Amino acid sequence: MYDPTVARLTYRALLGRRRALILGALPLLLIGISLVVRALAGADDQTASDLLGGLALATMVPIIGVIAGTGAIGPEIDDGSVVYLLSKPLKRPTIIFTKLIVAIAVTMVFSALPTLIAGFILNGNGQQIAVAYTVAALVSSIAYAALFLLLGTVSRHAVVFGLVYALVWEALFGSLVPGARTLSVQQWSLAVADKVAGGDMISSDVGLTTATVLLIAVTVLATWYAGQKLRALTLAGEE
Amino acid sequence: MTTLSLDHVSRWFGNVVAVNDITMTIGPGVTGLLGPNGAGKSTLINMMGGFLAPSTGSVTLDGRQVWRNEAIYKHIGIVPEREAMYDFLTGREFVVANAELHGLGAKAAQKALATVEMEYAQDRKIATYSKGMRQRVKMASALVHDPSLLLLDEPFNGMDPRQRMQLMDLLRRMGDEGRTVLFSSHILEEVEQLAWHIEVVVAGRHAASGDFRRIRRLMTDRPHRYLVRSSDDRALAAALIADPSTSGIEVDLAEGALRIQAVDFGRFTALLPRVARDHGIRLLTVSPSDESLESVFSYLVAA
Repeated sequence: MYDPTVARLTYRALLGRRRALILGALPLLLIGISLVVRALAGADDQTASDLLGGLALATMVPIIGVIAGTGAIGPEIDDGSVVYLLSKPLKRPTIIFTKLIVAIAVTMVFSALPTLIAGFILNGNGQQIAVAYTVAALVSSIAYAALFLLLGTVSRHAVVFGLVYALVWEALFGSLVPGARTLSVQQWSLAVADKVAGGDMISSDVGLTTATVLLIAVTVLATWYAGQKLRALTLAGEE
Repeated sequence: MTTLSLDHVSRWFGNVVAVNDITMTIGPGVTGLLGPNGAGKSTLINMMGGFLAPSTGSVTLDGRQVWRNEAIYKHIGIVPEREAMYDFLTGREFVVANAELHGLGAKAAQKALATVEMEYAQDRKIATYSKGMRQRVKMASALVHDPSLLLLDEPFNGMDPRQRMQLMDLLRRMGDEGRTVLFSSHILEEVEQLAWHIEVVVAGRHAASGDFRRIRRLMTDRPHRYLVRSSDDRALAAALIADPSTSGIEVDLAEGALRIQAVDFGRFTALLPRVARDHGIRLLTVSPSDESLESVFSYLVAA
């Protein structure tokens, strides 16, 4: 199911271009803000939870997910170089699964790790807040990577759609329309974080069981469908 | 022996028919797929390579379906027209990756790089390669698993004459080794130099198939039009019209030239200078006025 050569090509494409700069900029911003907040306001659990929930989980993780998920396959399909993968005796789902693993790994490294560091800076993991948000970031990295990898497979405008989903749906609708929160990767991962932290610092609109089922379902379905789309990918445009 | 068969293959995009009911069989040796730009060559090659589903009909390689059949790529090598390859890799890394994807190692990659004579630049980034070098590395990536069918989409585009000759030698060798090699081109001379068998596609239809010389004759035997200027147009016209190789001559006063329609190309081209010399007439301009590939092809379709 996993092909190391496809993985190597994907890593190099993701981390070699300008994308790496964007991937690195957001985590640095989060850590920078955390340092400033800690210096100015001291260690405070509520502040730590607000910053990790609002900036890290609601904004940074989905954006990193968009960049890594769509970037793992979108540019190759756009410029046609994916032909070198497709013209091999390699199962299409293997290509998708491998790219998913890479996208998940990149999203985790660039979002969960900085979340953990920022959490420790903000309140030294008081009330398990740093660890809880890190777990949430890890969990949502998986779902985001799968969703945005699918988007990169089906649309040439994957980055735009991805950002619209991440910023408009997750951030805006999520806070305005209560029903929208049920269908939000962020809320599902918050349910997991809630369980890890205990206490009342972190809360989610979705129960843990529902959240877990939805996270798994979205990841599996998106990955399966991306594999199907790749099998029937048409490379020739209209002449 | 590898045979690629297209059986009543059509492909349309919305209302546009790109390929219209084509049936052909491509066997070992070098075959040229010839046609003007936009004739449907790329669409055909994409269907042959399994990157596009035929709207109707079937494409098979030795009886096995090509579309949605990943295992078929053990036998097919593809050189796409598009430039994009993994530019951030070196030539060697690229070919090694292609070998690995076939379950092969660096040894196969090195052999393929040697075949295309790219060892000297194999450690440079692909981004720094010229068009011809890119083409050769693409070729190496297609040859790495020793395929029995090689598909090349406009492989000579943008190559300089020396690179073109090298690639032609290589393809000829591949054909002589018994591989089935199919390349597309819109340039008659390229096909003429390389392929003994050609398939001609015009406006999505299969216009001609077979031995190149026969089709070339069909192409050259069509009525040719020439624009001729001389020291005495009327005397030249009178002398030429007496010969059966011409079917009509017009004195174009505005242009100050003769417009000649020749029906026997070979005979006319020998006749014209001889008649001019015999009558002491100097030829100032002799230019074919309908040599565009499209007119050649449209004649072929009508024939």
